[in-house]
Amino acid sequence: MPMPFDEMNGSDGATRRHYCDYHDWLAAQSVETMRNKRTEADLVFRRVGITFAVYGDDAGTERLIPFDVIPRVIPAAEWRLLEAGLRQRVRALNLFCHDVYHEQAIVKAGKIPAEQVFKNSQYRPEMHGVDVPNGIYAHVAGIDIVRANEGEYFVLEDNVRVPSGVSYMLENRNMMMRLFPDLFARHRVAPVAHYPDFLLDNLRSVAPHGVIDPTVVLLTPGMHNSAYFEHAFLAQQMGIELVEGQDLFVLDNAVYMRTTRGPQRVDVIYRRIDDDFLDPLAFRADSSLGVPGLLAVYRAGRVTLANAIGTGVADDKSIYPYVPDMIQFYLNERPLLANVPTFKCREREGLDYTLAHLADLVVKEVHNAGGYGMLVGPAASRAELESFRAKLRENPGNYVAQPTLALSTCPTYVDAGIAPRHIDLRPFVLSGRDVTMVPGGLTRVALREGSLVVNSSQGGGTKDTWVLER
Amino acid sequence: MLSRTADHLFWMARYIERAENTARMLDVNVATLLLPQSTEAAERSWRAMLGISELQPAFDAKYALVSPRDVIDFMVRDPGNTSSIYSCLQAARENARAVRGTLTTEVWETHNDTWLELQKLLAGRLPERDPPRFFEWVKLRSHQSRGVTIGTMLRDEAFHFIRLGTFLERADNTARLLDAKFHGIAPSHTARANATQPGDDQHFDFYYWAAILRSVSAFEIYRKVYRDVITPARVAELLILRPDMPRSLLASLDDVCANLEAVRNDRSPETERRAGLVRAELKYGRIEDILQQGLHAYLNGFLERVNDLGDRISRDFLVPRSVRW
Repeated sequence: MPMPFDEMNGSDGATRRHYCDYHDWLAAQSVETMRNKRTEADLVFRRVGITFAVYGDDAGTERLIPFDVIPRVIPAAEWRLLEAGLRQRVRALNLFCHDVYHEQAIVKAGKIPAEQVFKNSQYRPEMHGVDVPNGIYAHVAGIDIVRANEGEYFVLEDNVRVPSGVSYMLENRNMMMRLFPDLFARHRVAPVAHYPDFLLDNLRSVAPHGVIDPTVVLLTPGMHNSAYFEHAFLAQQMGIELVEGQDLFVLDNAVYMRTTRGPQRVDVIYRRIDDDFLDPLAFRADSSLGVPGLLAVYRAGRVTLANAIGTGVADDKSIYPYVPDMIQFYLNERPLLANVPTFKCREREGLDYTLAHLADLVVKEVHNAGGYGMLVGPAASRAELESFRAKLRENPGNYVAQPTLALSTCPTYVDAGIAPRHIDLRPFVLSGRDVTMVPGGLTRVALREGSLVVNSSQGGGTKDTWVLER
Repeated sequence: MLSRTADHLFWMARYIERAENTARMLDVNVATLLLPQSTEAAERSWRAMLGISELQPAFDAKYALVSPRDVIDFMVRDPGNTSSIYSCLQAARENARAVRGTLTTEVWETHNDTWLELQKLLAGRLPERDPPRFFEWVKLRSHQSRGVTIGTMLRDEAFHFIRLGTFLERADNTARLLDAKFHGIAPSHTARANATQPGDDQHFDFYYWAAILRSVSAFEIYRKVYRDVITPARVAELLILRPDMPRSLLASLDDVCANLEAVRNDRSPETERRAGLVRAELKYGRIEDILQQGLHAYLNGFLERVNDLGDRISRDFLVPRSVRW
């Protein structure tokens, strides 16, 4: 099996050019210095309270998301290509969302089977015909990118519902600058701290028509949510109120928040709550996280939600294989960023191929996130393969399969020293007036040797991502 | 600001003040334990302390006897006791965590650090090994919270609701402490307590009242203000009526009124009026009249009014108490 592409070291063992400066710097640091820095990072993260509540953990313990001090470096030219590809992809996804809830042209043109869209559990009939400001549905998109084989980039997954992780990107950069100021003197690393400004500007730009000084709020499920730190962080950075469902109420076809000075009108809600929980009168009736009557105000165009309701139809794993078709259909362009080759098990051919090559494939449930419910063929036992085979036969439409990619690795601190570990990248793409993003994104690293699962909820860690300005 | 946010800030402040005052009270009790006294007197003293927060039933349900060790355990580290120092600091930190975004980094980190350090101190059994040192630590952390709040927070509503919580809680706790300390002593002492001259058992009295003064950091202050022997009546006057004594009931109400005024909204004028009334009575009150009424009756009435203020503040600005978890 060929060695995975390593971000720092070429196959000949020589350090890649964009990593040379860093490599020399690291070589000059004593083991003890680096160990002290890593301990300091740990202490600061803990003291500041950048913790993460892991579901299913005893007593709801707070854990740190492990942070690795070795950055993942991307040369400027590569980033420019990525950026163009991301911009193209997110534009297409937004156009798709608009199309699905209006003309449905792409379905009528036969590019995507109708039932994939309309019987998709994430499709929201309530959104049909509803116009949203600027036609933007996915104001924040987290596009997961991996590098594989000889170093080509692939999009692994789109996240356009409630993508998270940007706060770790920002805090990681702060931490690196605090720990290693000399590194930033030696390298010209593109800054990322303006993300909250971009986001706020975006959110304000999609206020309902006619609102002059929009009131933007961030709607959180509350402090027991695993991503709460991020909600609080972003709200503070943007200078907007962090609200929970109970703080809001609907009156006279408008949304208000309860303040110490009485009710205040709300225009834009950056919601970090899933569609299902947004409005007990419209969706899950047992949800105490939402605001009764919110959907009605939204459909009337008197409040903007970011991301829009119903974007899940675009980031479903069963829709993912069609994204290159969307780019072609809406933009008349070839995709700049490729999909990972994907076999749809709902199709006969896809299912046959998957069953035949199960030990070599990664099989995912179309609706799940966070690395749960998936099968990593090469790492699975005979028994696991057999039980998964049965699940596949029983409900093939629930699965898609992809070849196991040898994800790129990046040197990472482990118990025994520094070793290569698999990484991915999640840039955060903002859509509003324009499509913008800050350079880089969140690099996630699978800390267990050989593991391909980078999700923090399953023990992954993160790194700072550097796009070098040249 | 959001009502719920203000509510969290208000209660964050109340809980840390409560933790401090619990530590102060336990400190007094531990100090007076060292005085020669009968076992009954000692037990009465501990019971009175439990009575302050109406915890006697809860304690009795758990322990057969009132022993200092068990009371300290119950009041310091028992998570089942909602008024224990552990529970108070936990609640303070949880309320802070709920509204991190409204706090400066320094304020949040102070509450978080207090909580983390508490775990270490409890694991190392400091409250058992060296109670005074533990209580001192609690007080210091509370001082730090206040200092960092005053030193770093913008003078906006967040600040005022924090201060409102601090001073309302202080008024409440100080009144309870006074009640327990004056009321929880032997009947023979009660008469002396209402006296304006020192009695026969001067030495005991001295250490007893000195301990109470120290618990509110007022021992040196007493000397400065009165330049005379310690009498119960003057202790009461210092802690109830003196505006220049920072932990007196009057000083606390001064701050409650000032902060209420700063956050006034459409609904709060009546609450302001009631607070103003309590404050005016303190400002123009005389200790002789209070003692004539009977300190216990007076303090009970005072506590009712402070409680009423708390309820009204919740209704006017925050999350009404009936809705709170």
